[in-house]
Amino acid sequence: MSTAFRVAPASRALETAGAWLLALLWVLPLAYAVWTAFHPAAYSTRFELGAPLTLQNFVNAWNAAPFARYFLNTTLLVAMVLAAQLVLGTLAAYALARFEFRGRELVFALVLLQLMVMPDVLIVENYRTMNALGLRDTILAIGLPYFASAFGIFLLRQTFKTVPRELDDAARVEGASALQILLKVYVPLARPVYLAYALVSVSYHWNNFLWPLIITNSVETRPLTVGLQVFSSTDQGVDWSIITAATLMTSAPLLIGFLLFQRQFVQSFMRAGIR
Amino acid sequence: MFRLPDRVTAWLLLLPALVLLAAFTHWPAVATLFHSVMSTPKKNRPSRFAGLDNFREMVADEVFWRALWNNIAFAVGTIPLSIGLAIVMALWVNSRIQGRGFLRLAYFTPTVLPMIAVANIWLFFYTPQYGLLEQITQSLGLPSHNWLGDKSTVLGALIIVAIWKEAGFFMIFYLAALQQVSPSLAEAAALEGASRWQYFRRVLFPLLMPTTLFVLINALINSVRMVDHIFVMTRGGPDSASTLLLYYIYQVGFSFWDSGYAAALTVVVLVALGLVAVLQFGFLERRTHYQ
Repeated sequence: MSTAFRVAPASRALETAGAWLLALLWVLPLAYAVWTAFHPAAYSTRFELGAPLTLQNFVNAWNAAPFARYFLNTTLLVAMVLAAQLVLGTLAAYALARFEFRGRELVFALVLLQLMVMPDVLIVENYRTMNALGLRDTILAIGLPYFASAFGIFLLRQTFKTVPRELDDAARVEGASALQILLKVYVPLARPVYLAYALVSVSYHWNNFLWPLIITNSVETRPLTVGLQVFSSTDQGVDWSIITAATLMTSAPLLIGFLLFQRQFVQSFMRAGIR
Repeated sequence: MFRLPDRVTAWLLLLPALVLLAAFTHWPAVATLFHSVMSTPKKNRPSRFAGLDNFREMVADEVFWRALWNNIAFAVGTIPLSIGLAIVMALWVNSRIQGRGFLRLAYFTPTVLPMIAVANIWLFFYTPQYGLLEQITQSLGLPSHNWLGDKSTVLGALIIVAIWKEAGFFMIFYLAALQQVSPSLAEAAALEGASRWQYFRRVLFPLLMPTTLFVLINALINSVRMVDHIFVMTRGGPDSASTLLLYYIYQVGFSFWDSGYAAALTVVVLVALGLVAVLQFGFLERRTHYQ
């Protein structure tokens, strides 16, 4: 808390100890997985300082399942979803933020409905739809239900509303079209929000599992999360060294990205959360 | 130059997003209601109107009731603890505590991990004999226990995983809110002779109320949505002791291929989310401003 209050040094020390204990507790499961993944199987559950380090578990995991393909699938999926969300969200947010038309409030309410009823729980019906469209087992089908994001539209609408109207009007007087105004005035001013939204969206879809599990059925379409689940539940029995190596491997891009850009990550999640 | 009327432009801008929202959110929500009163199509019998048959089946279905109660217990076990921890974490990270960079990193890291990866890590952590938990309890001389294989502990074990995953995420929202609080408030309270606890109870906690409600809504939605870890850790067992509603919908819809019954179960989830919406618009909306 703040330094305004006089607190006995003993209780301050106790508090610091508590904070550190909780942090260590929080790191423990992950640290255990890291230990197991980087040591030979003989040391996977034995903690000795001199235990030899190895990358063999990662090599074995990589060779035991088509992880390269899974990485490609997830990358394609995440890029496709983000691109669609940004384009559709920008257009819709602009209409909701700066245009007067009948039914605007109703449309906005219908958009917000998706914050409550996410595609994540409508799996049965969306499966039926994808089947009817002939899209089952495609990467497009994994992403399609998420292309229009209520969260993205909402966030961008809030941001666009803070842009001074005078800028908009000035551009209008000079004969700029609505799309030109959007691209030249609004989008550049919203850049930090785009970055924040992109980080949140990428981490969500990199990690998404249930819908991809249902709609995909082959190596060519499966994202990493589903690939990891298939790999660890069927192929490996209980070889923990290899499973933890595969687990860390699939989380590595986000984890490393987070460690490198910690401040941006935290700020982005904060920005996305403030309403 | 020719210019479209504003309202035409607006609808054109909205069109792509609205079409997709309608196709994958509004339509499936309505279709769920429709299919919940239809029978599941079989080989020689097409789907036909079945009235409330699916719901009668549900009332008589023990697994459904267990999933419902499990889900309620999961929410009640997860939400207060993760919110409480999130507040404490945020207060620590926001103060001048030693090593706050590391603390923030440690608390937040589970948030960026995929739930599937988290589940693998914790499955290993809980494993009888080899898991770290067993190693600790054994070194303390406690008897061995299969945390995920025992009906009475499996849900608790999953609740701990959910708290671990969520608390750091919620911490971020509190951190954002705390950084908006003027330091002069604390100084004024200190001058008036208030203790730190009094300042938190009477000043800070009420100021954080909008954040708490926002986090609460998110946590409630998550308790319906979060089922990934069940696939890895327990598959709903033992004896459906860790089956949650959405996981049961998955089983009914995609293992037993009973789409009519799965639709009826989805209706229950939609009703639950509707109640959350009522809570949000009856409560949250009055206190926070969207404009």
